[in-house]
This record gives sequence, structure tokens and C-alpha cells, in this order.
Amino acid sequence: MTRYLLRRVWYMLITLFIIATFSFFLMKILPGSPLQAEDKLSEEQKAIILEKYGLNEPIPVQYAKYLGGLVKGDLGVSFKFDNTPVTTILIDRIGPSALLGFQALVVGSILGIILGLLASIFRNSPIDFSSTIIAVIGTSIPSFVFAGLLQYVFAVKLGWFPVALWGTSAHTILPTIALAIHPMATAARFTRTEMVEVLHSNYIITARAKGVSETGIILKHGLRNALIPLITVLGPMAVGLMTGSMVIEQIFAIPGIGEQFVTSVMVNDYPTIMGTTLLFAFGFIVIILIIDLLYGLIDPRIRLAGGK
Amino acid sequence: MDKNNLNNIPKDLFVPLVRKEDTSDRISTPSRTFFQDAKRTLFNNKPAVFSMILILFIIIMSIVGPWMNSFGSDEQDLKRAKMPPRVPVLENVSWLGMDGTLSGTFQGKDVQQATAKANARFDRKEEFIDIKVINKGDGTRNSAEVKATYHIYEAKDMKDTYFWFGSDALGRDQWTRLWEGTRVSLIIAFVAAVLDLVIGVAYGGISGFYGGRVDNVMQRIAEILVGIPNLVIILLMMLVLKPGIISIVIALSITGWIGMSRIVRGEVLKLKNQEFVLASRTLGTSNGTIIRKHLVPNISGIIIINTMFSVPGAIFFEAFLSFIGLGIVPPDASLGSLIDLGFDNLRLYPYMLVFPAIVISVLMIAFNIVGDGLRDAFDPKMHK
Repeated sequence: MTRYLLRRVWYMLITLFIIATFSFFLMKILPGSPLQAEDKLSEEQKAIILEKYGLNEPIPVQYAKYLGGLVKGDLGVSFKFDNTPVTTILIDRIGPSALLGFQALVVGSILGIILGLLASIFRNSPIDFSSTIIAVIGTSIPSFVFAGLLQYVFAVKLGWFPVALWGTSAHTILPTIALAIHPMATAARFTRTEMVEVLHSNYIITARAKGVSETGIILKHGLRNALIPLITVLGPMAVGLMTGSMVIEQIFAIPGIGEQFVTSVMVNDYPTIMGTTLLFAFGFIVIILIIDLLYGLIDPRIRLAGGK
Repeated sequence: MDKNNLNNIPKDLFVPLVRKEDTSDRISTPSRTFFQDAKRTLFNNKPAVFSMILILFIIIMSIVGPWMNSFGSDEQDLKRAKMPPRVPVLENVSWLGMDGTLSGTFQGKDVQQATAKANARFDRKEEFIDIKVINKGDGTRNSAEVKATYHIYEAKDMKDTYFWFGSDALGRDQWTRLWEGTRVSLIIAFVAAVLDLVIGVAYGGISGFYGGRVDNVMQRIAEILVGIPNLVIILLMMLVLKPGIISIVIALSITGWIGMSRIVRGEVLKLKNQEFVLASRTLGTSNGTIIRKHLVPNISGIIIINTMFSVPGAIFFEAFLSFIGLGIVPPDASLGSLIDLGFDNLRLYPYMLVFPAIVISVLMIAFNIVGDGLRDAFDPKMHK
């Protein structure tokens, strides 16, 4: 287990290093500099600015400094947004994104599990059929289309919720639903498949023979075993949430990381783009690592089979 | 033949069988190959067949759609900007919203004020605005309510013009742009899927078939690549490359093949040590023939399923990139960029979002259903 963990962390560091290197040299290739209104500046002014940002040094030195800064959590200074350090911008904005992502994950997976459970209990019934349809639609329709629909119907037409922006908890409802639809569909599909399989296994027959009540069988023996593999889809789910958050935050004008990224893309603010990208990469990798470890901890069979 | 009635057969029907040499192992029903079997399962799956027809329809529309009316996709004319949808026959069906009118409800302290607001909203062309009083009001703020219907085509003196799906903020025909955009999205999706297929099968196949050190090196590389989230790679690639169809395809394919290569490698590893491959090898068959005749047919099912699922994935990513401003740039259209523009006008002109949103949703759902159908048909575990 320890060896496995070390190996995984090692790979994680290599991956992060590659992404950081890649994004650094990308920044050097791309056009655009901190010099706004470049032609109006004199040579001295330019030199002063370049020195301030450390851009007058040779590229290897800049690269070393950049990596050194990364280790300390320093992502550089934004070209736009009043020269704020990128780290500060991101820390300011991580709250709404984290809250939305968390709400969507919880709401989505709980609803999905309930839906999948109902479908597996009432197999081949209208409930099963409609749950399958919801799952197909939920996995297929892009979250931004869904968000547009929600925004138009519930905010613009009916006026039940605020159209956009951030503040009260009412503001979080529509974006949460829009984000949660995908995890919900995934969880519903997965729970159904797993439950159907688990309910056919021998220990369920044993439990039934012992006279365990049907609720007991489904909740205690069935669902608990069916949910273990659900942890594996948590990773892709979290990744999907991060992708989704970019468009959802943009649509609902939520001051989060995703919205920051899209805005930075539009104004070509490379340090912020790269910083956000690195943060996303870090988030992805850590989440997937945690999920893999969790999986091994929860299901002893995996640990034995893996032998690591 | 009739196995159910075996007990009812009269005894005198039994005659001793004359032994013949060649009939003992004849098969009574025609033997079907794996592919014929899969095809039957697939075509018996009604939702999948219906989805295939839908996809085919959308593909055909994306080819012929832009030619069906006289507008070009980049004909700008601000005079005819933001026209609502209007279709010749359907314009008489009021609830469809295809009658070429804009409507809205306006509130004021009395009917007059509400009407004034409606007129201000709709270009002040009072003779073309129908006002229907919903609530007369009692003089307090916003108590009166009127519903105004603006006959914009008449007002702009374009009685003979029909924008089937309306026009966008620059006066370009949405019908033409929608189908051209669909074409762009489909091209990106198919090319990306084919690239994933070719690279993934080659990489996974070589890695799995040759094994040993080749496999080790190739898998270490893949392991690092797989650790980098594909969203991050795609976003970085899109920043470097000039926005456009080719860039999106490259960005999607740069990581897209890894999933395919892993599956193919796993299957090849499993197959290459099975008896029929060993037998073939003992008989002196060359590697190339073994790959072509024994391995590829056996993994083709799983390859087809995977490719089918990568198409909707690519459609989604293209739309996503265009939506956040990294994909297709105007004047070109794609489903994503049309949806992006639709959002800018969602409040007043929802039809700009509705049509591209419907097309992308239908496409995604249909591809997923066909993918599910293919999985049911090709996955040997599913066969009973």
C-alpha cells in the first residue's frame, strides 16, 4: 500500500511538472505582454516594466524562478485585473466554485442513487423505463443547454429564482441543478446496473433464505455493496463538474474559478489562464488519487487482488 | 423441430434411422457469423434504429439545409437583424411561434403607460403592434398589463421574406447558419473519432502485441499522458493553435486516443495467448496475418462501440470550446458558437438559443442511444 501510494504521488508530481513546464513555455511562445499601449512607451519605461515582471532575464532563469514560485504557491502576476497576483485572484474565487461543485455532487449523487435504486427494484416497469430515459437525457444534453432552459423558464419567465449573480442561497439553486444533472444521470445508471447484478448474487439468496426483510436486503445487503463501485465514477464525475463549472458559472455570472478562466481567455491574460489551468490540473489529479486510495480502503477485495 | 410436443408423438411414427455418413453433424439453422448476429440485435432495437434515422436526417440536413433557401451564412444586414422565425405554412399556427411576430407583456400604472412601454420596445411602429389588454389596472404602479404583438415583418416591409428560424443579431439567416454549424460540428466529431480510432488501435495494438520492453516503454508514456486531465491539454492546445476546425480536431485527438489504446491493448493481451492464435503461429503464420485475420476481427466489436461513444464526446467538447470562446470563431458557425450567441439574446429572442440547443441535444441523445445499442449488440457478454 505504501509503495503504491509513493508511486502514485511520484507520478502525480511528474504530471504536474510536465504541465507546469508546458504551460511556461507556452506563455513564452504566445503573443501578448504586460505592456499595454506598447507603442506609447519609451525604451526606458519598457525596460522598467520588463524588469518589474522579471521578463528581462534569460528564459532558463525565468523558468527556474517560475518553478520556484510554483512550489511556494506563487502563480505569477496577472497582466490584467490591476496586476493582482494570480494566487490571490484564485483564492478569492474558489469559494463559490467549491460550494457549487459540492452541492451539485451531493444533490446529484443522492438523487441518482435513489433513481437507480427505484429502477432496479421495479425492474422493467414504467419507473425503470422513465429512470432510463432520464439517465440517457441527463448524460447526453450538454449542461449549458440545460442551464439555458432552466434560466429561461424558472428565472426569466416564471421569476422564481434570480436570473444570475451570486449572493443568497437562492442564487445557488439553478446553477446547482444545472451542474447536478450529469452526476445524477451517471449515478442513476451505475446504481441500477450494479444493483441488478448484486441482487442476483448468492449472498442475497442466503439473506433471503434466512428471512431478512426485503427492505433489509435492498438497503443493507444490496445497496451497500452496489455503492462501492460507484466510487470509481466519482472521479470522472468530479472532472465533469469542473468542466461544467466553466460554462455554468459563465451563464449565471457567478464569481468563481471557471468564470475567471473564461474571462481571462477573452482578455488574453496568460498568467491567469495558466494559473487556473494548473489549479484545475492539480484538482483533477488530487481528486483521482484520493478516489483510488479510497476505493482500496473501502473494498478489501481490490487491495488483495491488486497486491500492492 | 417441434420440441414441445415430444411426448405426444404416436409410437408408430418411430422408424429406425438408417445411418448415413455425412448428415450426422449437419446444422439445421443457417449459421450466422458474429457480425450478422450483432446486426440482427441492433436492428431489432427500436430506439437505436430510430436514433440512426434521426442522425442520418441531421447529416442530410447539414449537407442540403443551407441550400434550401436563398440566404448565405455570412450575409449581414443590420436592417433585418433579430427577426423572429417565420415559416410559410406554419405561420398560421399561432402557438408554434413561427408566425414572424415578437410579443411580450408590459406593465404600467394604466393601460396607456403600458402601451407606451410596448411601443418603445418595438421600434415605435404603432400601426404594426396589436395591443391586448390583460389587466386594466387601478392606477398603482405596474398594475395594468398589456400583451403586445409586433408584426415585425410587415413593419419592416419584408412581407415576402421568410427567415425560417429567424435571423441573428447581425441579420444572418439562422436556418442557414444552424445547418452549416451542424456540419462543422459533425465534421469535427467524425474526424476526431477516426483519429482516435487509428492512433488508439495502432498504439494499443503494437503495445499489446509485441509486449516486453516495447509494451513497458509505451505504457509508461501512456500512464503519464493519462494523468494529465484532457480538459487541461485541450484548453492549452486551443490557446496555442489558431482557432478553427483543424485546431479543435488536433486538440481533441491529442488525448482522445488513450482510452481506445488501453482497451485495445487489454484485448490484444488477452487474445494473443489464446489457443487459436498459438495454433496459427505454430503453422507459421506471419505476424501481419495474425493481426489482420485473428486479432482485428475479434476486437472490432469493442472498437466500434468505443468509436461510437467518442463521437458525442467530441460534439460536446467542440460546443464547450466554442462556448467559452476558444473554438470556432465568427463568421464560421458551429453548434457551440450558435448556442453562445443565443445566450447573449436569451431574454428577448429565445429562438436564437432554442434551435441550436435542440439540434445538439437530439444529436447527443441519438448518438448515445446508438452507442448503447451497439454495445448491446457487440458485447459478447450481452448475448444470451
